Amino acid sequence: MSDSLKRTPLHAFHTDHNARLVPFAGWEMPVQYTSILQEHRAVREAAGLFDVSHMGEVRVHGSGARAFLNKLVTNNVEKLQVGKAIYTVMCYEDGGVVDDLIIYQVGDEEYFLCVNAANVSKDVEWITGQAVGFDCLIDDVSEDFGQLALQGPKAMEIFKLASGQDLSSLKRFHFIQGSFMETNAIVSRTGYTGEDGVEIYLPAGEAARVANRILEIGKDHGLQLVGLGARDSLRLEAGYPLYGHEISAQIDPLTGGLGWVVKFQKATDFVGRTALQKRLDEGLDRKVVFFRLEDRRIAREGTEIIDEDGNPCGKVLSGTQSPMLGRPIGSACVSTQALKDKIPLLVEIRKTRIPLEIAQPPLHKV
Amino acid sequence: MSSIPDNLKYTKDHEWIRLEEDGTVTVGVTDYAQNSLGDITFVELPEVDDTFEAGDSFGVVESVKAASDLYMPVQGTIRAVNDELTGAPETVNSDPYGEAWMIRVQLDEGANLDDLMDAAAYANIVG
Repeated sequence: MSDSLKRTPLHAFHTDHNARLVPFAGWEMPVQYTSILQEHRAVREAAGLFDVSHMGEVRVHGSGARAFLNKLVTNNVEKLQVGKAIYTVMCYEDGGVVDDLIIYQVGDEEYFLCVNAANVSKDVEWITGQAVGFDCLIDDVSEDFGQLALQGPKAMEIFKLASGQDLSSLKRFHFIQGSFMETNAIVSRTGYTGEDGVEIYLPAGEAARVANRILEIGKDHGLQLVGLGARDSLRLEAGYPLYGHEISAQIDPLTGGLGWVVKFQKATDFVGRTALQKRLDEGLDRKVVFFRLEDRRIAREGTEIIDEDGNPCGKVLSGTQSPMLGRPIGSACVSTQALKDKIPLLVEIRKTRIPLEIAQPPLHKV
Repeated sequence: MSSIPDNLKYTKDHEWIRLEEDGTVTVGVTDYAQNSLGDITFVELPEVDDTFEAGDSFGVVESVKAASDLYMPVQGTIRAVNDELTGAPETVNSDPYGEAWMIRVQLDEGANLDDLMDAAAYANIVG
């Protein structure tokens, strides 16, 4: 493994638990501990613990922080209050996506942004560049934090046993800051799997101790360690976008199915608004959809979507096997005309043409 | 450490080859290969009577993360295919040298196993 790869505070924890480590977004990360299929099923049926310390954390604070964030992102930051979080995207002027992120309001004039690992430097540069004229400071605090995700139907019960604190009444996209398991942490009812659970932001030096405690207590309840392989199949089954796939600089949030986080009606202007409004007015020429296949062959990223005559209609963005269905699933960017005309769509994999079944997520619930 | 039985021959593409008493050879993928691929979700195999040159792709094995070609270790004709793998591709993970055999091949006249590696040589390349 290259020396230039960054390691999370849980690196020794991963090697102790026989993780298969791979390079990911500049980090050396566990892709799996036992089996992607087994880890995936554990999260759907019991619980899984993920190291997501590679995600970036950015602190935005000052009297102008709220006004600034409202200009920076498409969702309405005015809806926030201390203890609440929102999912949003930030766009370029042309409507392309810089990144998707969660904004937590941690104080009257203080916000905490969780951004994608691969985008941290780009995001911090972008955010700083946009903040000119606003009374606020921007700090990349990614190095200070470890992040754990505890997800699955038994996650809240395991969290209660491990911490002695019952957060079952905490609403989704709300969070609590305080002392948990003898360390200061932010615990939020969020996640990226389509299951109940929490994400825990804590000092980097405490991450391994807390992970060990949760694992020790959780394993009697079916908890398994889960790597990035199952994190990807879980989010795809749930229909959650992944930056660089369903949304990107080339795929705007309206095309990417994230129109619900673009608040044209909010009082303040935001970066990308004019371009996005224009796209909406003119009508989108393509759209991100999710699909299942009646086959065993997986339609991988880049596979062309065709009509029955072989004419191209779009491309696959993400593809894997749904461990819950035992069938391939995926997402694709498809011509809106083809969707409107309801023409049968297919993929060709190794000379076999397979019909695409367009489906609403969650894809594993047929 | 991957299991590398002494009684088999191997290719650099991670297929194993066993010479049967009737002169045919049985082919599958190694323990190292299945472990590297991870969870196997699909195996695509040829038809009986198909013929191949050594080095031809004779099928595909797909895991959650990738699809990989299977390469013919010898020149010959397919005499049997393990259809059980269609319904239970995960057998490749659990029993790569046994239940997960893939094809049985009749060697063409003049074809032999001389260019294949023994267990010690294969162990050297998978470290």
